[in-house]
Amino acid sequence: MTITTVPETPRKPGRPMSPYPVGPQRTNLGRKVRDNLTGHAFLIGAVLCFVVFSWYPMIRGIVMSFQRTRRGETTWVGWDNYLRIVDDPSFWTAWKNTAYFTVLALVLGYVVPFFVAILLNEFRHAKGYLRILVYLPVMLPPASALFLFKFYAYDPSEAGLFNAILKALHLPTSQWMQSPGMTMPAMVLASTWMNMGGAVLIYLASLQNIPGELYEAAELDGAGIWKRIRHVTIPQTRLILALLAMLQIVATMQVFIEPLILANGAGAEDSATSVAYLIYQHGFFQNDLNGAAALGVIMLVVLAGFSAVYVRLTAKQD
Amino acid sequence: MSVPQYRRAAALALVAGLGLSLTACSTKSDDKDTTAGGKVTITVDCQPVGAQKELLKNWNDDVAEFQRQNPDIVIKSVSVGEQCNNPPDFTARLAGGTVTDVFYGYMTDLQQVLDSGQAMDISEYANKDTVPTWDSIDPALKEVFSDGGKLYAVPVKNYSMGLVYNKALFQQAGLDVNNPPKTWADVRAAAKKISALGNGIAGYSEYSAGNTGGWHFTSLLYSQGGRVLTEDGKKADFNNAMGKQVLQNLKDMRYGDNSMGARQLLQWGDLLTNAGAGKVGMFIGAPDATQAIVSQFQGKFQDWAMSPLPGQDGLAKGTLGGGEGYFFKKGLTPEQVKAGLKWIAYQKLTPGKGQFDYVRAKPQNYPVGLPQPLLFANGSDAQKQELELRKANANVDTANFAIFEATPIPIKGEPRNAQAIYAVLDAAMSGVLTNPNSNIDALLKTAEDKVNQLLSAQS
Repeated sequence: MTITTVPETPRKPGRPMSPYPVGPQRTNLGRKVRDNLTGHAFLIGAVLCFVVFSWYPMIRGIVMSFQRTRRGETTWVGWDNYLRIVDDPSFWTAWKNTAYFTVLALVLGYVVPFFVAILLNEFRHAKGYLRILVYLPVMLPPASALFLFKFYAYDPSEAGLFNAILKALHLPTSQWMQSPGMTMPAMVLASTWMNMGGAVLIYLASLQNIPGELYEAAELDGAGIWKRIRHVTIPQTRLILALLAMLQIVATMQVFIEPLILANGAGAEDSATSVAYLIYQHGFFQNDLNGAAALGVIMLVVLAGFSAVYVRLTAKQD
Repeated sequence: MSVPQYRRAAALALVAGLGLSLTACSTKSDDKDTTAGGKVTITVDCQPVGAQKELLKNWNDDVAEFQRQNPDIVIKSVSVGEQCNNPPDFTARLAGGTVTDVFYGYMTDLQQVLDSGQAMDISEYANKDTVPTWDSIDPALKEVFSDGGKLYAVPVKNYSMGLVYNKALFQQAGLDVNNPPKTWADVRAAAKKISALGNGIAGYSEYSAGNTGGWHFTSLLYSQGGRVLTEDGKKADFNNAMGKQVLQNLKDMRYGDNSMGARQLLQWGDLLTNAGAGKVGMFIGAPDATQAIVSQFQGKFQDWAMSPLPGQDGLAKGTLGGGEGYFFKKGLTPEQVKAGLKWIAYQKLTPGKGQFDYVRAKPQNYPVGLPQPLLFANGSDAQKQELELRKANANVDTANFAIFEATPIPIKGEPRNAQAIYAVLDAAMSGVLTNPNSNIDALLKTAEDKVNQLLSAQS
C-alpha cells in the first residue's frame, strides 16, 4: 500500500490567522461597520486628532504661504511670499547655519552614540547602571539642560566649567557662544549631550539582536574588533543606522531651541540663526506670518526630499 | 452589560466626548455682549498673575470698586501671563484672534494690530465724557496710536531713556554720584574706573540679543542726533558717521578698555539680573528699569539713580521714547467700547486711582516717585494732580531722578516696523561686542541692506 501525502500549501507570510472561527462571508457594508464599531470608533478619534492638530495646520500653513494679510484683508499673492523670503538676506545665512549644524550633528550626534552603544554592549558588569547614566540627560527637560550649558558650562569668563577645564589643561579658553566661530560646535555639543541617550538605547537594542554566532565565526576567522564592527555590526544594523540617520537629519534641520536659549536667538553676528528660528523671527517679531508660512513650506519640501531619498534607499536595500 | 456591549459604549462615549471637546474648543464665548440683566460685559487682559499677590489684590479691588460705581458694567479680567510684555505671545494671540475685548499693546504694535484687522477705530468714543482726563493726555501720545486720522488705542504709559547708574559702585570707584557722565567719553572714562573694581563688574553694560540690541542701538543713535530711517521712512539711515560712532564707542569700551564685562549677547532680563546682583555700573534705560531691578531681580532702590542720556560732545540731541496703550477689539458694540474706555479711564488715567493710587502703593513698597509714566501734557490739570500725589507719597528718593527730570531731552519715537528693524540691528551690536575683529563698516552695510529689503517687502 502506498501512502501518498499531499504537501501542505505554504502559508503566505504577513497577516496572522484569526484565532476566532471564521463565519460566513458578510458583504453588507452597514453590517461590516456595525461589527467593527469599536475599532472604527477608536480610529475616528485618532483620525480626528490628526486632522485637527496635524494636517489642518499644515494645509493652513501652505494656504497662508500664498496669501497676504493687510488691514484684516487677505488676498492671494501667488509666489510673492516665496520670492520675498528668498530675497531676505538672512535666508541663505539661516540655511548655511542649519546645514552646518546638521553636518556637525551627524558627525557628533550620530556617530558618537553608535560607538557608545558598542562600548556599552561590550560591558559585562553594571550594564543597567551604565545605560541609566547614559540615558539620564534625556530625562532632563531640554530647556533646563540648555540653561545649564549656557550659564554654567559656556560661561565665557574663566569661571565657566569648560574654560576652567581648558585653563587647568593649560589650553586657551574660549568665548563659546559669544564667538561666531564657536557658536555651532557649542550648540551641537550641548544638543548631542542632551539627546544621545535615546539614540544609544536604540542602537543597543539593535546590537543585541545580532546573533552571537556571527561574532564567534568572525573571531574564529581572526577578525579583530574593527573588522567585527565593519563586517558584522554595521551590516547587521544598517536599517537602524539608515533610519536614525534620516531621523537625525530631519530633527537637526529643525534646530530651534538651541539657538533660542543658548544664543538668545540669532547669536553673535547671526551665527546661530537657523531656518526654524528665522521662521519664528518672521512670524512673531516681524509681523510677517505669511513669509513665515512660506519659509515653513520650503523647509517642509526640503525635509520631504530627504525622507523620499531615505525611503528609496531602504526600499532598494530590502 | 456584557463585555462587548461595554466596550462599544465606551468607544461611543470616547467619540462623543472627543467631538464635544473639539466643538467646545471651536466655540467662541457667547457672553461677550451683554449678560441677562442687561449689563455690558467686557473682557480685559493684563490682570496680574497669581504669584503677584498684592498687585492681584489691588486689581481685584479696583474691579470691585469700578463695578460698584458702574453697576451696569461687568469686567471679566484675563491673566495671560507674559502676554503684556512678550511680543511673540502677543503676536500669537493677535494672529489667533484670541485677544480680549480691551487689549494691551506697545506703541510699536500699531501697524501689526492694524494689519491683523483686530482693532477698531475709537475716535468717536474717546473724549472727555468717557475719559475725564482725556484733554490732559499728551497729544503726541494719542498721535502715536493714530493712523490716517483715526485713533486706535488709548495711551496709558510713556517713557524716555536716560543713563541709569549704580551709586554704590560710583562711590566705590571714586566717582561723583551727583555729577554723572554727560558725554559718551565721560561714560567711557567712568566705565573704566568701575570695571577696575574687578569681581566681574561691568562698568557699562549693553544689550545685543532678543531685539533689545537694536532697540538700544536706536537710542544711542538718537543720542548722537541720528535716526534709523529716512524722513519718509522708506530707507535705512544709520549707515553713516553717527552709526559708526555708536558702534565704535561700544567696541572701544568692550575690547579697548575691557570695561563691559565678559558676558555679552544679553537681552532684557540678563542685563537687569546682573544689575540686580550689583555687577553693572551703568546702562541706558527708562526709569522703570530701576523698578524691575528691585521687584524682579533683587536689587535695591537706594543704589540706583538716573541722569539724562549722554551725547557725543554734550548732552544727547534726542532720546528714545515709547510706551503702551489699550486697543479695542473690532466688533464691539458702542456700549462695550464706552464701558472699556470707562474702565481704562478709571484704572489707568485717573490721578489717585488704579496705577496712580500712590496712597495704596506706598506702604506696599511699589515705587512712588519715579519720573514715570510721562502721560499727561506739561501744565495740564491731571499732570499737576498726579505730581502732587506723587510727591506726597514718594517712597523712593526722588533726588536720584532729579537730574534726569530737570534736564528734558527731545523725545523721538520708535521707527516704523521697530521690532523687525531691532532684530536686524542686533547682529551689528553683537558683532562689536563679541568679535574683536569685527568690521563696523561691513556690519552697518549688512544691516542697512537687510532693513531696506525688509522695508521694501513691507511696503
